[in-house]
Amino acid sequence: MRGRLDPSTLMLNAAVYAVLAFIVLPIITIVPMSFGENNYLEFPPTGFTFAWYAEYFGDRRWQAATMLSLQVAVLTAIAASVIGTMATYAMVRGARGLGSLFQVLLIGPIIVPHIALAVGLYLFFQTIGLAGTLPGFVIAHTVLALPFVVFTVAAAMSRVDADLEAAAMSCGASRFTAFRLVTLPLILPNVLSGALFAFIISFDEPVVSFFLTGIRDKTLPRRMFDDIEQNLTPIIPAIAVLLTLLSVAILLGAYVLRTRAERTGLASADD
Amino acid sequence: MTAAARPRLRFLSSDGRRIGTAATMLLLAPFFALLIFAFLYPLGRLLAVSVLEPTPTIDNYVRVVGNPVYAKVLLRTLWISGLVTLLALVLAYPVAFVMTRVRGVVAAFVTACVLLPFWSSVLARTAAWAVLLQREGVANTLLQWLGITDAPVRLLYTEGAVVVAMTHVLLPFMILPIYGALRNIPPDYMRAAALLGAGRGRAFLEVMLPLSLPGVASGSILVFLTALGFFVTPSLLGSPQEMMIATLISQQIREVLDWPFAAALVGVLTLVVSLIALAFSKAVRFDRLMRAEA
Repeated sequence: MRGRLDPSTLMLNAAVYAVLAFIVLPIITIVPMSFGENNYLEFPPTGFTFAWYAEYFGDRRWQAATMLSLQVAVLTAIAASVIGTMATYAMVRGARGLGSLFQVLLIGPIIVPHIALAVGLYLFFQTIGLAGTLPGFVIAHTVLALPFVVFTVAAAMSRVDADLEAAAMSCGASRFTAFRLVTLPLILPNVLSGALFAFIISFDEPVVSFFLTGIRDKTLPRRMFDDIEQNLTPIIPAIAVLLTLLSVAILLGAYVLRTRAERTGLASADD
Repeated sequence: MTAAARPRLRFLSSDGRRIGTAATMLLLAPFFALLIFAFLYPLGRLLAVSVLEPTPTIDNYVRVVGNPVYAKVLLRTLWISGLVTLLALVLAYPVAFVMTRVRGVVAAFVTACVLLPFWSSVLARTAAWAVLLQREGVANTLLQWLGITDAPVRLLYTEGAVVVAMTHVLLPFMILPIYGALRNIPPDYMRAAALLGAGRGRAFLEVMLPLSLPGVASGSILVFLTALGFFVTPSLLGSPQEMMIATLISQQIREVLDWPFAAALVGVLTLVVSLIALAFSKAVRFDRLMRAEA
C-alpha cells in the first residue's frame, strides 16, 4: 500500500465513511428512540424509560401478533428446509430432464415482485378460505423462502462426493439409510442455516402478510405497518430493537453452525 | 463402480451415484406442487382476471398506459427506480473499492456496516426515516444548521423521502456484487498497468473499471428490478398524490376494489420486471440475490 495519506486517498476514505454513516446512523437512531418518554417518536429522545418494552410485552394484541409470526416462521422454516432439501437432492443426484422448469420455478419467486405474488395469493386464497389463516401464511412464506434454502443446500450438496453414498449402498444400506447416515450429516449445517434464513424471511416479511392478513389475526410486520401508518409511538423502535437482537442471534447461530462444521472438516471437502 | 460389481437394484436406481426417475419425481413433487399451487396458479389466475373480467377485453391494459394519471404512476415508478439505482451505484462503488483494499479490524468494521441492514427489519428502517425526516426531525435541523433552508421544510411524504429511504434500503445490494467483481481482479493487473506507465487514475479507468462492469451491471439490475416493485417504503413515506405502482395496486384492491384493473397493473409490472430479468439473465446471477423486497 503506497500513498496512504495523499489527498485523493483521503478524499476517497472520507467519502466511504460518509456513505457508511448514511447506512448505519439511521438504523442506530432506533435504539435511543425506543427509550424515549414521550408518546410520539422524536430524535433525540427526551428522558429514559423502559415503558415501551413493558408495553410491548404487556399488550395482548402485540403478543398475539408475535405468537402468530413465530408460529408461521417456525413452520415455514421446517417446510422450506424439508421441501428444499428433497428438491435439491433430487436435482443434484436425480434423473435429468426437469432442469429448466426447476430453474424457472426457483428464480421466479425472487424475480417476480412480492406485491404481484401477494395480490395473486390474496385473490386465490380468499376463494378457498386460506387468506388470513396459519396454513395460508406458511404456504406463502415457504414459496418466498424456498429459493434461499435450495441455494444454501445446493452449495453443500455440490461438495459431497456421490461415491460416498454409493459406497454405503454397496455395503448394504438402502438409499434412504445411505442418505440419512452419510449425506445428511455432511449437508446438515447448510440445511439448518437454510432453515434459519427461512425463519427470518418469514418473520420479517411485510408485503405478502400485508395482503393475506384478515381483520383479526395480524402478523407482527402487519401490525407494525399499521402502527407506523397511524400513530408512530416508541413501541415501534422498541420492537425493532428486539427484532434486530433476534436476527443477530439467529444469523450468528447460522454462522457458528457453518464454521464449526468447516473446522471439523464436515461441510467442506475442498475449501 | 463397474456394472458387474454393482449391488442389487435399490429404489429403482441403476447406479449408486444416481437416483432413478421415479425417486427423482417423488422428491421433487412437493416442490413443484407448492410452486404450482402458490406461485404459478395465483399469478396466472390474476393475469386471467386482467383480460377476462367482466368480459374478454384488453381495456384494463389500455387504461394503464392510456390514462394520463396511471401512465404517470408508471413513469414515476421507472424514474424513481432509475434514480435510486444511479444514487446507489454512485454511493456503492467507492465503498466496494475500499472494501477490497482494507484488512483486519477495519475490514471487519466496514463489512459489519454494510451488512447491518440485513439484520434489521425494513419496517424499522422505514420508521426511522419517518422520524428523521419529520418537521422537527434531524434532517430539518441539519438543513437549517447548514444554512440550506431558514425554516423547516416538508421532507416526509415527498418523492425525495422515498428516494432517500429506498436508496438506504437497497444500497447493500449494490455494494456486494461490485465488491465481488472487484475482489476477483488480480492485483497484478494494476501493477502491470503501473509498470507500463499508467498513473493511478488511468490504471483505474482503463483496467479496474472495465473489469468491474459485470458487478456494476448485476448490482444495477437487481436494485432497479427490486425498486420497481417496492411497496412498504413508498407507501409509508411517499405522498398519496405521487404514488409508485405497488401503492397504486394496493389502493385499487383495498379502496377501489377494482380487481381487473389492479390485475392489469400487476400484469404490467410483472411483464416489465420479467422482460428485464430475461434480457439480462446472462449478466446477472439471480441466485446471488438476497432478499431486499420491501
